[in-house]
Amino acid sequence: MSSVYDNYELVIGLEIHAQILTRTKAFSSDPAEYGALPNHNVSTISLGHPGTLPKHNEAAIAKAITLGLACHSEIRKENQYARKNYFYADLPKGYQITQDKTPICSGGYVRVKFIDESTKDIELTRIHMEEDSGKSIHDLDLHNSLIDYNRAGTPLVEIVTEPVIRSGEEAGLFVTEIRKLVRYLDICDGNMEEGSLRCDANISVRLKGATEFGTKVEVKNMNSISNVRKAIEFETTRQIDAIENGETIVQETRSYDALKGNTFSMRAKELVNDYRYFPEPDLPPLIVTEETIQQLKESMPKLPEELFENFRNEYGLNAYDAGVLTETKELADLYLGITEHTENYKAAANWVMGVIKAWLNKEALDVDDFHVPPSRIGALISLVDEGKVSNAIAEQRIFPALLDEPDKEPLQIAQELNVIQSSDESFLEELADEAIAAFPDKVEAYKNGKTGLLGLFMGELMKKSRGKADPKVASEILKRKLEG
Amino acid sequence: METLSLSSLQEQVKSGSTDCRQVVSRFLRRIEEKKHLNAFLEVYDQEALDRADEITEKLRAGTAGPLGGLVIGLKDNICYAGHHVSASSRILEGFESLYNATVTQRLLDADAIIIGRLNCDEFAMGASNENSAYGPVLNDADNTKVPGGSSGGSAVAVQAGLCMATLGSDTGGSIRQPSSFTGTFGMKPTYGRVSRYGLLAYASSFDQIGPITNNVDEMAAILEVISGDDGMDATVSDKAVPKYSQMTASEGSRNIAYIRDCIESEGIDPDVKAHTLKMVEKLRAEGHTVEAVDFPFLDFMVPCYYVLTTAEASSNLSRYSGLMYGYRSKDAHDLESTFKLSRSEAFGEEVQRRIMTGTFVLSSDHYDAYYTKAQKVRRVIKDRTAELLNKYDFILLPTTPTPAFSLDEKADDPIAMYLADIFTVQAPLAGVPAISIPTGTHSSGLPFGIQLMANSFEEAQLLSFSKYVYELGTK
Repeated sequence: MSSVYDNYELVIGLEIHAQILTRTKAFSSDPAEYGALPNHNVSTISLGHPGTLPKHNEAAIAKAITLGLACHSEIRKENQYARKNYFYADLPKGYQITQDKTPICSGGYVRVKFIDESTKDIELTRIHMEEDSGKSIHDLDLHNSLIDYNRAGTPLVEIVTEPVIRSGEEAGLFVTEIRKLVRYLDICDGNMEEGSLRCDANISVRLKGATEFGTKVEVKNMNSISNVRKAIEFETTRQIDAIENGETIVQETRSYDALKGNTFSMRAKELVNDYRYFPEPDLPPLIVTEETIQQLKESMPKLPEELFENFRNEYGLNAYDAGVLTETKELADLYLGITEHTENYKAAANWVMGVIKAWLNKEALDVDDFHVPPSRIGALISLVDEGKVSNAIAEQRIFPALLDEPDKEPLQIAQELNVIQSSDESFLEELADEAIAAFPDKVEAYKNGKTGLLGLFMGELMKKSRGKADPKVASEILKRKLEG
Repeated sequence: METLSLSSLQEQVKSGSTDCRQVVSRFLRRIEEKKHLNAFLEVYDQEALDRADEITEKLRAGTAGPLGGLVIGLKDNICYAGHHVSASSRILEGFESLYNATVTQRLLDADAIIIGRLNCDEFAMGASNENSAYGPVLNDADNTKVPGGSSGGSAVAVQAGLCMATLGSDTGGSIRQPSSFTGTFGMKPTYGRVSRYGLLAYASSFDQIGPITNNVDEMAAILEVISGDDGMDATVSDKAVPKYSQMTASEGSRNIAYIRDCIESEGIDPDVKAHTLKMVEKLRAEGHTVEAVDFPFLDFMVPCYYVLTTAEASSNLSRYSGLMYGYRSKDAHDLESTFKLSRSEAFGEEVQRRIMTGTFVLSSDHYDAYYTKAQKVRRVIKDRTAELLNKYDFILLPTTPTPAFSLDEKADDPIAMYLADIFTVQAPLAGVPAISIPTGTHSSGLPFGIQLMANSFEEAQLLSFSKYVYELGTK
């Protein structure tokens, strides 16, 4: 049954602000790290005291260019900063230094991948540099708003897409991809909760086949990827319902309320600011040379998309494994490290995605904190492959020991734990006899065709061997004895 | 009062015939005597005396910096750590700077003695010093006349012998026009020659700090100290600073252009015109080539200047919002009323006029008609000025069309006031250096200057030729 919603097409453009990870602020030498006490990362410059002037932060510029290169954008050689003028408590100078007519990157695209492995290139309008404002805090004091200027002047890049996104799912995938990219490139920590990565969406709907855009509504304050999806889904329904009820959509800014799962109006268009952009006279044009661009290109790490293809084609991993392992640069690097010490790429992938990740999760550690050298994990995989230990023993006994003594060779640990697998037939025959003797009544049942009982005997045998029995050889011996 | 030159002061202190304390005391007494001029907003008397003793020792030990013992005043828009700075505006009532402007730091490092801060037009907006929240400054040559502006206090302090030299700031003539009205030397350096860090901005792409002095030698010595690269101002040039202090009066013949349109302009005073033409004749008689050239942009310069400077000012003055520092309205009860009431109550009329003009020319409906067009006009003026200065060594013109006018004469007519800048806006529009040299005396007895412009970063040649022209003009 087709619903009225199917008659409409959704048009979304996203604006993503990412705080650039630099030691110092965009236009001063104040420290830029997150988490300092309120109003401690400030100076006369970031507070906009009379007579202070901005200066360029080369590191932030390099990172903005790198992001542009990763997004296949064109890098502008002559950049001009602009002032965006408006009054607000958290904007010390009464204007924000940004880029208006000459963004550092123009065009380009980011490829997103759907569950069915189909892809879509989301086109970018631009990426530009600007400074962040301070932070207004309205819920700490009953009578006053508090302002923390630590964030004021922190460098940002703003990534603006063309209105080419057609669903909440696409929007979510795009933000995921951008977050992955900025983390890979060490541009931004991508933390949406803390606000170092922020996403605003311009959303409109139109009847399918229409060539004109509908009236767009800007939605802010979606501080997670799932909220981006939910906000877009809510907003789509709201707009279509309104149109179907004969109402007109008002151009406005709305905020997403994560608790209620809806959006509400923040300001109507009659209050929209005229920002009076003009070239920032305190900063001379910034010239980017071809040489700089080449250097940045050469020093760029492999991007997730490229690694994904490598993992699939050269390492023979399936799409799921390759996807998980390229989620973060750290995980991909860990995997690549281990594959230098084993050719069992699939086993290496299982180790990283299984035991290692589980342990890190349990300990609440980052991938970077994994302290066992990749060569040890490689050696452990080899022990299993050579039949010296079972996979279960490797995971449950040797790995925990390795965590305590990462400098020890896995083979030595196996010997010390006395878990080297036995394929000695006489020893295994003895154990098989004992296992069969433990369940005399089940022997008859097995012989009468309940071959599934083999597992019971294997379990008993393995228990008696304390895990040292080579399961393959042991099961053959058991079968022979039971059937004989 | 005959003021001691810096070099003889340094010699006399070294020889023991005087010391810096005596020099400072003499200026402090003089400031007291001339209090009615209203040149100083604040005098750092005790501090200057203490520092005088320290500098005396240094001079005698031979360890003093190049400006050792120079008693200098700062325009009240230049930051001095731990001292008030207000740009003569109520909006900065009670505000103390937390840091030194680069020029202040360099003066201190060179062992100058800062004696106080000087009255000016509010946020350097004005041509008569009548726009100060702290009252007008009077011209010491005739107390019924204005001293010019916006650096009126800085010019009068030198004119009346209240200190040896001062720093002013020039956006459209704010150093040179008051220099002309007070018979002092005043220079606006090339844009980017002197750091603006710590100068309360009026129009960022025009503002330059420069000295006002009694002679070219001290101007050169001060300029040498305050010029040069500064990591705190991205618009400052890293070009090496020549040894201005070692320059001597220019020798040899030069190519000079004078702008016919200026001399022929309607509003020019007959004495000013006659004096300028007489200077042309004198220079020719000395073997220089002096040619009249056309520069048909006179009518565009002042409007272009006001569109661009008010645009920048409207943005630069946004930080004075009543929120973080300075004046806050007693009636402010929320964020919006804090902004609106504080700014409406504490900014003066002229500052409000320029903020509103600037906001208008930047608004999206009028941006292209005003701001974009004015930028194009500036480009043309810049290019044509550069063309002239590639052909000629200097451009000669009057500094001001008239000598000092009367207090209140133009106070109600902003356009007439703006036209007082007609000959001085060209240099900041083009970014080139210009100096006002006090060679003229009007039939009324008032002094006035002639102006020389040179190519960008040719301050050395400009100073050297100015020294020569002053000698020639006053012969």
